[in-house]
Amino acid sequence: MTILFAVFLLSLLVIIAVAIIRAENLFVALMLTTIFSLLMATNFFILDAADVALTEAAIGAGITTVIFLGALALTSEHEKPFVAVPWLALPVVAVTAALLIFASFDNPRLGDPEAPIHQHVVPWYLEQTPKLVDIPNVVTAILGSFRAFDTLGEVFVIFAACIGVLFLLSARKPSETRCTAPASVGLSQHLIPKVAGRFILPFIILFGFYVQFHGDFGPGGGFQAGAIVATGLILFALLEGEERALRAFPRWIMMAMAAGGALLYALVGVAGIAMGGKFLDYSVLSSDPIAGQHLGILLIEAGVGITVCGSLLLIFHAFAARESF
Amino acid sequence: MNLNEHLAALQIVVPLLAVPLIALLQLRRMAWLVATLTSLMAFAIAVAMTVGVLNGQDYQYFMGNWQPPYGIELRVDALSALLLLVITAASSAALLASYHSLDTQIEPRRHALFYAAWILALAGLSGIAVTADAFNVFVFMEISSLASYVLMAGGPDRRGLPAVFKYLILGTIGATFYLIGVGLIYMMTGTLNLEDMAQRVTQVADQKPVLAAAGFITVGLALKAAMFPLHLWLPNAYTYAPHVVTAFLAACATKVSLYVLLRFDFLVFQDNLVSHPLRFASLLMPMAIFAILIASAVAMFEKNIKRLLAWSSVAQIGYITLGASLVTVSGLTASVLHIFNHALAKGSLFLAVACLAMRLPGLQLRDLAGCARSMPWTFAALVLGGLSLIGVPGTAGFISKWYLISALLTLGAAGVALVAVIVIGSLMAVVYIWRIVEQAYFQAPSNPAAPAAEAPLTLLVVTWVAVLANVYFGLQPALPLALSSSAAAALMGATP
Repeated sequence: MTILFAVFLLSLLVIIAVAIIRAENLFVALMLTTIFSLLMATNFFILDAADVALTEAAIGAGITTVIFLGALALTSEHEKPFVAVPWLALPVVAVTAALLIFASFDNPRLGDPEAPIHQHVVPWYLEQTPKLVDIPNVVTAILGSFRAFDTLGEVFVIFAACIGVLFLLSARKPSETRCTAPASVGLSQHLIPKVAGRFILPFIILFGFYVQFHGDFGPGGGFQAGAIVATGLILFALLEGEERALRAFPRWIMMAMAAGGALLYALVGVAGIAMGGKFLDYSVLSSDPIAGQHLGILLIEAGVGITVCGSLLLIFHAFAARESF
Repeated sequence: MNLNEHLAALQIVVPLLAVPLIALLQLRRMAWLVATLTSLMAFAIAVAMTVGVLNGQDYQYFMGNWQPPYGIELRVDALSALLLLVITAASSAALLASYHSLDTQIEPRRHALFYAAWILALAGLSGIAVTADAFNVFVFMEISSLASYVLMAGGPDRRGLPAVFKYLILGTIGATFYLIGVGLIYMMTGTLNLEDMAQRVTQVADQKPVLAAAGFITVGLALKAAMFPLHLWLPNAYTYAPHVVTAFLAACATKVSLYVLLRFDFLVFQDNLVSHPLRFASLLMPMAIFAILIASAVAMFEKNIKRLLAWSSVAQIGYITLGASLVTVSGLTASVLHIFNHALAKGSLFLAVACLAMRLPGLQLRDLAGCARSMPWTFAALVLGGLSLIGVPGTAGFISKWYLISALLTLGAAGVALVAVIVIGSLMAVVYIWRIVEQAYFQAPSNPAAPAAEAPLTLLVVTWVAVLANVYFGLQPALPLALSSSAAAALMGATP
C-alpha cells in the first residue's frame, strides 16, 4: 500500500516538474513549486523521515514561497522568451540522468536491514543515544550533539543568506526605496483575510514554540520552529502592512536576533572548551553529563530558532521594502 | 586549558564568532578593524599549526568529543596546513588593502555587511581545509560559496550581477554534484568520515554506485575549481568583482575545490576503484593541456587587465591539475607547490591591479600608455608579479614549474611533449605580461585621464609585501617544498 502511494506521489512530482518548466507565467510556476515541496514533504513522511518532512513543509513550501512572492513583486510576472535555445543543455541533462540511473543498479533495496547504512553508524546512534544523551528523538541527538558542528555550519548558511540579501538589496539609498505605496496598508481593507488571519495568528506562533521545545521528543527543532514563527510574523505584516509590522517589530530587533542566535550557538561551543572539554562538548556543561547534554541541546536549538526567525524576517522585509528595481 | 590542542577548531570558530559581531557594527572603520584583526588571528593560528605540522604533530580534533565516524573529525596535515596558510594570508593581505581600495567601490554604509560576508567566506574556506568529514565539507562549501557570491556581486559595475548569477548557477550545480556523490557513497558505506570511507569502500562488492559517485564528485569539484572547459563562470566573475575580492578569491577559492578533489580522489577512490588512476589521468590531463594552451591564448588578446589575469588563472589551474594527473609523488609535489606559488603570484598581481584602479578605474589596456612614469611602484609590482607568473628564475613561479618539468621528464617521450606544452604556455604568459609592460613603459602618454599620482602608501606597502614574498619563496623555497612533498607523500601513501 505504501509503495503504491509512493509511486503515485512520485509520478505527480514528475508531472509537476514538467509543468514548472513549461509554465511561462512565473506566478503559476511559483505555485507549482509550492505544490512540489508539499508533495516532497509527503514523500519524506512516507519514508518515515518526519523531521525532514516538517522542515520541507515549513521552509520549502512555506517561507520560500513568501520570499519568492516578494521577489516576484519586484519583477515582471512573465518569463522572457528565450533568444537562443540552449541545445547543449539537453545532452548534458541526458548524460547526468543516465549516470544517476546507472548508479541506481546496485542500490540496496529500500528499507533493507542489511543495507550498509543500517549496519555501521546508525546502530551505534540508536543504541548509545539513550545512554549518552537520553532524549527520545535520535534525529535531534544526531543533529544537536553528535553532528552539532554541521548544524552550526547550517545556521551560518542561513545567516550568510540573510547578510547577502541585505547587502545586495541595499545597493541604493534607502530614501529612494522606502515603501510608501498603498501596498503598505497590507490586506487590512479585506475583511475575510483580516478576520481569519487574526484568528490563526496566535495559533501559528504557539505551534512554532511547541515545535521548538518539543524537538527533543518528537519531530521538530529550531529550524522548523524559526520558520513557523517567522511565517506568523510575516502574515501579520501582510495583514497590517509593512509599516505597522516594522513599528511592532523593528529591524534592529530582527538583526539582533539573527546575529544573536548564531552567536549563542557558537558561544555554547566555546563554553565547552572553557569548561575543559572540546568545542561543542555539552557533557562538561553540568556535573552530570546527561544534564549537560540536555542543557547544550536546549541552548543551541534556541540559537537555531532565533537566528532562523530573525534572518527570514529580515529577508522578507528587505524584499518588501524595495518597491521596484 | 591548553589552546594548542584546540587550534584546529579555533581556526574556524574565531571567524565564526566574529561574523555576528561585524554584522552588528554600524561603524564601517570598526567593521574593517574587527574583520582584519580576525583574519590576522586566523593567519597566526594557521602559522602555529604549520609549525606544528612541520615538527611532526598531527592535529586531530573530535568535535563535541564524539569519536569518528559517529562525530565530526577535524584533521590538519601538511596539505591542509599549506591551504590554510594560503587562505588566511590572502584574506589578511586583501583586507589590509581594502581600507583604501573599497571606499571607491562600495558605499560606506554597506561596509559592515560586506566585511561580515568576507569573514564568512574566510571561515567557509578554512572549514573545508580543516575538516575530515565529507558532509562537513559540503556545509562549509555552502557558507564559502554563498559568501563569495555576495562579495563578487558587490562591485559597482552592473555587468557584475549577471556574471555572478552565472557563477551562482554553475557553483550550485557543482555543489549539488558533490552532494549526490557523497550521498551515493554514504549509501554504499554508511559513513561520512573520509578515512573511514576509504576503508569501507574496499569492502563494497557492487561498484557501480561508487563509480558514479567518483564521476559526480570529480565533475562537480572541477566545475567549482573552474577547470577547463568548466571555467565559463570565472573570467567575468573575477573581472567585475571588487578588486580586493578578486585578490582574495583568485588566490584561494578555486584551489580549495582542487584540494577537496585531491583529497577525495587520492584518499577514497584511487586505491579502491579498478583502474581509477588511469581514468583520473586520462580525464584530467587533456583538460589540463587545453586549459594551458587555450586560456593562455585567450589572455594574449584580452583588452581588460583584470580579465586578462582571470584567463591566466584558468591556465594556471591547468598546471596544477597537470601535475596531479601524473599520479606520482613528484607530480603531486609540483601540483601542491603550484597551488602555493600561484596564489602568491596572482594575489600580488591582483593587489597591484587594486593599486592601479585607485587612479585608473577603467583598467583598459589601451589607457595604460605611459602610466609607469606616474605610478612607478605600482608597475614595478605588476612586473615582478608577472615574472613570477611566467616562472622566471628567482621567483616563486620558477620553483613550481621546475618541479613540474622534472616530474614530467621522468615519463620519457610523452613527458617531453608535455614539457613542450608548459614551455609554450609560459611563452604565451610572457606575451600577455609584455603587453602590459609595453603599454605602460614604452608608449608615450596619450590618455588625458592619465593618473597623476601613486596609489595610497598603505596599499602599496601591502602589495609590495606580497610581491617580495614571491621573491623570497623563489630564493628560499624550503617551507612550501617541505609541506608539499610531505602532502604528496601522504596523498600517494594510499596508492601502491
